[in-house]
This record gives sequence, structure tokens and C-alpha cells, in this order.
Amino acid sequence: MTERILEHPVLGSLEAGKTVTFTFNGLEYEGREGEPIAAALLAAGVRTLRHHEESGKPRGIYCNIGHCFECRVEVDGIQGVRACLTPVRDGMAVRESGVLPSPVRDWRKNNA
Amino acid sequence: MRDLIIIGSGPAGLTAAITAAEHGLDVLVLDEYHKPGGRLLGQLYEEPGGTWWNGIEESRKLAERAGVLGLDIRLGKSVHNIEQVNSSWLVHADCETFEAKSLLLATGAAEAPVAIPGWTLPGVMSVGAAQVMTNVHRVKPGKRGVIIGVNVLSSAIAMELKIADIEVAAIALPKTNQVNGSASNPTEVMNALLHVSHMAPSLFVKMGSKLMKNDFMKKMGITFYPKNGVRMWDIPVMLRKAVIRIEGTDQVEGVTLATVTADGKVIPGTEEVIGCDFVCIAGGLYPLAELAALTGCPFYHINELGGFVPLHSQDMRTPLDGLYVAGNITGIEGAKVAMSQGKTAALSIAKDLGQDIADTSLSEAVRQISSTRTDAHIQFHPEVDAGRRKLQEYWDLHDAEKRKVMV
Ligand SMILES: Cc1cc2nc3c(=O)[nH]c(=O)nc-3n(C[C@H](O)[C@H](O)[C@H](O)COP(=O)(O)OP(=O)(O)OC[C@H]3O[C@@H](n4cnc5c(N)ncnc54)[C@H](O)[C@@H]3O)c2cc1C
Ligand code: FES
Repeated sequence: MTERILEHPVLGSLEAGKTVTFTFNGLEYEGREGEPIAAALLAAGVRTLRHHEESGKPRGIYCNIGHCFECRVEVDGIQGVRACLTPVRDGMAVRESGVLPSPVRDWRKNNA
Repeated sequence: MRDLIIIGSGPAGLTAAITAAEHGLDVLVLDEYHKPGGRLLGQLYEEPGGTWWNGIEESRKLAERAGVLGLDIRLGKSVHNIEQVNSSWLVHADCETFEAKSLLLATGAAEAPVAIPGWTLPGVMSVGAAQVMTNVHRVKPGKRGVIIGVNVLSSAIAMELKIADIEVAAIALPKTNQVNGSASNPTEVMNALLHVSHMAPSLFVKMGSKLMKNDFMKKMGITFYPKNGVRMWDIPVMLRKAVIRIEGTDQVEGVTLATVTADGKVIPGTEEVIGCDFVCIAGGLYPLAELAALTGCPFYHINELGGFVPLHSQDMRTPLDGLYVAGNITGIEGAKVAMSQGKTAALSIAKDLGQDIADTSLSEAVRQISSTRTDAHIQFHPEVDAGRRKLQEYWDLHDAEKRKVMV
């Protein structure tokens, strides 16, 4: 489990903020209003945001600033949303999009 | 039609927006992040005088000034295309299109990855990702981390993690392979570090309570470099050990280190595993310039500036009418240089749009960029001045060609 940094020797205390409730893969989580989905999930100990569309291997954030798209999740039905950029909102439904079919690779395995 | 669209609300974009608005321009700022400030937000270090450069505070000041001026800043907007049509600029962001007479690209920098087996495991992140988690979101990236890549940014962020009470088990090199190049060569890494230490002595002094500059230099002799590293801020910096693999099944559980020769070759039989729950990869920064590439602006590769940069003049003009650049898109430097470039760009834009800008205020702004550079606390490349001179030569050549065509 990771933790929030409530007291910081230079940056001071973490401001009190509103708590929001959202779901990830059907489970309920709490986050601080305005923080990105990836931060809220990491604070709750969740690192794996998706499984690779082709290989099924677990993936989490990489750059945390919108450049790499490693953190893509489905938010309220919209695919390919970057969890590191998108603030959590009350009632938001986040899920991973899951493994996608890879017909060309599968065909090649059996035919080429 | 608006006078100016600025892409990026980092220190360069925000300073440009403020300066442009102060000169009466109608400005729109677009940024895909959910907060203004760009990479300034995560920055935190102690300056020579003992004051802290607090990026959140600096960003807040800029945003506050922008608010007073009534600037239109739209966050959460990703720009994916730009085009010049009938001498105006069209900017496509998500499902909207915006139009302006001039366009300033202030998209900043990105981090280069370092390829290591296991690097796709959850828990592996860029060193900047850990910085943002810690300082901006105030969530610990993990309990105990290993940083791969020894450079200015990774040393600075190692300290920041330490300040936030996050354990850094080691800073080590990546294993040599075809991709990792000089970043995995102990001798070259040490030379690069020594270059930096005279520019930011206090950074190194700060790193180890007892490690004064000369002591550090002495210990740095690479051949005699202690295998278990030199401790900076109680964090072992291992120039003679490289991470050859990141371990874990569903997420990071540790790394395998091996001793390497002075030119980075792994010595067989020296492998050891150390436990950690997160790994930071520090491959260095490069200018994030894709949007400029869409316009047909010429590019040059200048190592000292961090990679490919769009051709531009000292006053931040590109060869394309109405297109300007400022900040790390022009080369990797600190936030204060980005700010002075933003100010200069805004003055050039205002002048080109017919505002009354004295030549002296523009040349003074250009001078300020150089003096800010000279005084910079953190310098990412020791030869940045040489890089700037190279670029200026390309610009002069380009200018001469253009005049020939016009004659
Ligand atoms: C991960 C990282 C960590 C850094 N840490 C330090 C540090 O500790 N100390 C230091 O001195 N320097 C650091 N730097 C260097 C940093 O780039 C400069 O200090 C400074 O922030 C550059 O300012 P800028 O305005 O040019 O760009 P940035 O501050 O990077 O701002 C650029 C902005 O443009 C936005 N943007 C980019 N592309 C698009 C697009 N297509 N659509 C919409 N918006 C877009 C981004 O979201 C961002 O907010 C770091 C850089 C990075 C990448
Ligand atoms: S982690 Fe890279 S885009 Fe989100």
C-alpha cells in the first residue's frame, strides 16, 4: 500500500479537500476532489490500471503527465482516457478496457 | 479572430500569456493538463541563498497574475493538430477548433525512456512521474524505490523523494545495450556529472552532509569508485553497478544489479537482487516538439539542447509567419529560462502584430534570457551556450538564404 504525504517539511500540510467516491472495475474507491484517477488509485494501493490489449500483461502509469498513454482506461464508457490527466469526479465509473482481439497475429500463428 | 493562441501553460506559456495580455493582445491558452504550471508544478529545490524554489507556489503566482488579467486559459484540452490556412492558425484540440493570427508553441519537454527488461511492470515509472506523484499529488510512488539513470534530474528528484520520507535504495546505471548508449557508461556518466557539479555546487554539497565538493570529486575517480557507491543524502549512487533486470510478476518486487567495468560491461557472477516496490527510469529530457513538426518548420539536431529543436531566432520567431516557440521546446533548460523566453516571444508577437514595442525592450528581453541562463542553478547540459550558438548559425544561414531569394 502506498500512502498520502500529509505533512511535508517544505510544502507543508496537505490541504483538507473534498472526498469523492468513484468505482474502478466495479469496486468502490475514494479520492480527493481534483486529483487525477491514477493518483487516487495509487493512494488506495492500486498500481495496475489495465492489462495490455494484446499480451494481457499488467500495466500502470509511466510518465504521469500525459505523454505515454500507458495509463489509458475507460471512463464512463469512453475508451482511451489518460488516468494521469483526468481528475476523479463523484460517481465516475472507471474500468480497464481489457484484451482486444488480434486477428492478424492469431491468423499468422496458425497459417504463416 | 484572436491575436494569439498559446499551447502549453508551463512557465514559458504562462509568462508569454501574461506579457501579451499586458500589451493588449487577445490571448487564448490551451493545455491538456488539469492544472496550470506545466512541469514547474513538481519542482522543489533549495537555491544557493537557502530559499526554496517551490514550483507549486511559483505556478500559483503565475496563474494568479493571469487571473487578474482575465486571461482565457482552457485546461484539459489536448492539441492534436495545427495548420496554417490563409495566414491564420487553426488549432485542433479534442473536438474543437480554435483560430488566431499567431501561434506560440510552449509544449515543454518529455522524458526519454531507458529500455530494461521488466520495464513495463506496474511500479516502473519515469523519474518525473515520481516527482509529480510526490510533490504535486502528494501520494508516495511507493515505499522503497530504485532510480535507474544518474543525471541532474534524477539526483534532484532523489533528494525530493528523500525529503518526502520515501526511501531510495539506490541510484544506479542502466545495463549497456544498443539503445542505452552513453547513459550506461560509468566513465561518461561521471564526466557529465563533474561538468554539472561546478554549475550547481550546492546541489552536490547538499547531497551528502559530509560530502563537500572536493571530497566528492576525489571519490568520483571512476576506477576507484567504491562498488557500493558514494552516498549522497544517504542514498548510494552506484556508478559501478548497473540494473540488468527489473523483477516482479504482477508488479515491481525488486531489481537485479550487477557490477560493471569502467566502460559498462557486466562482470559475470556479480548479480544480486535488491527489493523495492517502485523503480524510476531517468533517461534525460528532450524537447517535445511534435506540433512544430506538423507545420513544416525546419528542425536541427543539437545535442547540447537535448535533441531535435525547431529552428528559431533569439527573439523566439520561427521561419514561418506567425509561428513562435518558447521554453523547453527550444532546448532543455530550467524554468526561469523558460519564463524569460516566454516574455521575449510575447514581445516579438506583439511587435509583429503592430503594437508599439521598442527595439530596446525586445533586445533587453533577449539579453535577460542569456543572463538567466548564466545564473541558472540547474543546468541540464554543460554546453548549452555552445548549443545556442550552433542554432544561431543555422538561423543566420537560413536568413541569408531567404534574402537571396528576395533579391
Ligand atoms: C518530467 C519533467 C521533470 C522536470 N523537472 C525539472 C526540475 O526538477 N527542475 C528543473 O529546473 N526543470 C525540470 N524540468 C524541465 C522543465 O521542462 C523546465 O523547467 C520548464 O518547466 C519548462 O517550461 P515550459 O513552459 O517550456 O514547458 P512545461 O513546463 O513542460 O509546460 C508545457 C505544457 O504544455 C502542455 N502541452 C504539451 N503538449 C500539449 C498538447 N499537445 N496539447 C495541450 N497541451 C500540451 C503540457 O501539458 C504542459 O503543461 C522537468 C521536465 C520534465 C519533462
Ligand atoms: S502515464 Fe503516461 S500518459 Fe498517463
